[in-house]
Amino acid sequence: MEARVLDRDVDVALEVGDGETVAVLGPNGAGKSTLLAVVAGLLRPDAGRVELDGRELTGPRAWVAPHDRRVALLAQDPLLFPHLSALENVAFGPRSAGTRRTAARTAAQDWLDEVGVGELADRRPGQLSGGQAQRVAVARALAAEPRVLLLDEPMAALDVAVRPALRQVLRRVLAGRSVVLVTHDVLDALLLADRVVVVEGGRVVEEGPTDAVLTRPQSAFAARVAGLNMVTGTWRDGAVVAADGTTVAGLADGPAPAPDEPVVAVFRPSAVSVFRDAPGGSPRTSLAVRVTELEPHGDQVRVHAGHLAADITVHAAADLDLAPGSDVVFVVKASEVTVYGNAGPLESAP
Amino acid sequence: MRSERPVGVPAWIFVPAALGGALVLLPLAGMLSRVEWGDFWSLVSSDSALTALSLSLRTSAASTVLCLVLGVPMALVLARTRFPGQGVVRSLVLLPLVLPPVVGGIALLYTFGRRGLLGGQLDALGVQVAFSTTAVVLAQTFVSLPFLVVSLEGALRSAGSRYETVAASLGARPTTVFRRVTLPLVLPGLVSGAVLSFARALGEFGATITFAGSLEGTTRTLPLFIYNLRVTDPDAAVAMSLVLVVVAVLVIAAARPGRSTT
Repeated sequence: MEARVLDRDVDVALEVGDGETVAVLGPNGAGKSTLLAVVAGLLRPDAGRVELDGRELTGPRAWVAPHDRRVALLAQDPLLFPHLSALENVAFGPRSAGTRRTAARTAAQDWLDEVGVGELADRRPGQLSGGQAQRVAVARALAAEPRVLLLDEPMAALDVAVRPALRQVLRRVLAGRSVVLVTHDVLDALLLADRVVVVEGGRVVEEGPTDAVLTRPQSAFAARVAGLNMVTGTWRDGAVVAADGTTVAGLADGPAPAPDEPVVAVFRPSAVSVFRDAPGGSPRTSLAVRVTELEPHGDQVRVHAGHLAADITVHAAADLDLAPGSDVVFVVKASEVTVYGNAGPLESAP
Repeated sequence: MRSERPVGVPAWIFVPAALGGALVLLPLAGMLSRVEWGDFWSLVSSDSALTALSLSLRTSAASTVLCLVLGVPMALVLARTRFPGQGVVRSLVLLPLVLPPVVGGIALLYTFGRRGLLGGQLDALGVQVAFSTTAVVLAQTFVSLPFLVVSLEGALRSAGSRYETVAASLGARPTTVFRRVTLPLVLPGLVSGAVLSFARALGEFGATITFAGSLEGTTRTLPLFIYNLRVTDPDAAVAMSLVLVVVAVLVIAAARPGRSTT
């Protein structure tokens, strides 16, 4: 599948290979929902094209109605038809395609079994928990045998406790299917996606295999999703110098960059130590920052200072008497900082 | 036993509220006080009374069916599509609600009557609408259609189109979506709209007498029958009125809003 969307503030191109799962990451309002709506045929963009298996679905002169696209959409909200049982909900797609009642019901039961809620076939949506309802919605979308499945943050509305189980179900049933997955969750991307596309401000800022994007992010958003601190700048004397003068010493991952080459430095918040006053010692980077926010992070405290973060113990946070507005020094060893070339902002493919 | 009391209803508000209730209920009591219970059954089971009742029920049922056939598509077009002048069309559809029924009857007469807008064409086809049972059904449909359209359009708007979007993405054609998703979701609104239309058709008087006249067995529905009887046989008129009240109460009970189980 290929899609190119040009609408008000959006210019995004997306390609999904046969059997490939592509995760679309990006902040709210980045244009992800517009992209899905265009592919599903719910929105006709100012300009753009959607092609599936060589058939033009949306184009300057082509328009295929949503029901005729073989593109199924699964949103945060399961939206099960309230007047139908779980089984009838799942049988809806096959029935609409002209399958006979008994055959459609058999197929629906198989799909319910597949997603692990076979015993709830006779329940009405109102009698299902959020996680159960979303499983039925997954079964319903798959039973329609779409060529492309669009998942719009399928777990965002679910209780955190039931997400892992649904994620495992999705990992199993999505294997070998063409899927576009919009998500905020790094785990979704890691476990479900072959490839990641990062959209920011209506443009694709980064794309590549999931592992590569999450370990060597090029965009601030991907770094944030991956939970990494990121400093972009130029390479000078074994350190990355950012435009604002911030200097972070690090080790090049791969061939050493040339002087003044654009580079990116990433390091984990857990590799950062926090001090009230800059300590001595050389192969370290000291960054004078002001604390903007403190939040619990597992059994530690995440100290935010602008776009940088440090994870320290609760004890350390108490000893340092930290509060938003405190002036502190973030210290990170050069050996903990990975430096690699900055590809620069991606141009959308024509 | 505890009971929650709503805050902020001033005590004096109960006085006009009670007066309003009395205005609705007292006339009913007045009517009941005049019913000749001894002759009640013989009065309401006279041949002409039964003829009028049966005609009323049959024409109201026919006009309700006509309202459904025409009104459901109208509500769907108003709620789910956009076209230029939609606001004007929506207002005009409501016109029969505010128009005096007599005016509606005159309008119908000069449209379907012998010398009306379509009268010539209908005459050529050998069809005479005015002063026939068909005219009664047309008059009733004219006045009761807005009830169905308004309540169904409201139901469609509050149901939203998200389920319809999902159904389409599952491969359902628009007709399948309409039949299997849209209609079942708005069924409570559709039922109450149909019941209201039926009730309005049953009570129709002005447009009917203007457009269809008052011919026994053909166009003299129960309200027309009662109006005629009022002078010659007041006891029978009161008895038949009570029948109409009972039917109306049953209809209201069936259509009471907030009863939907979903």
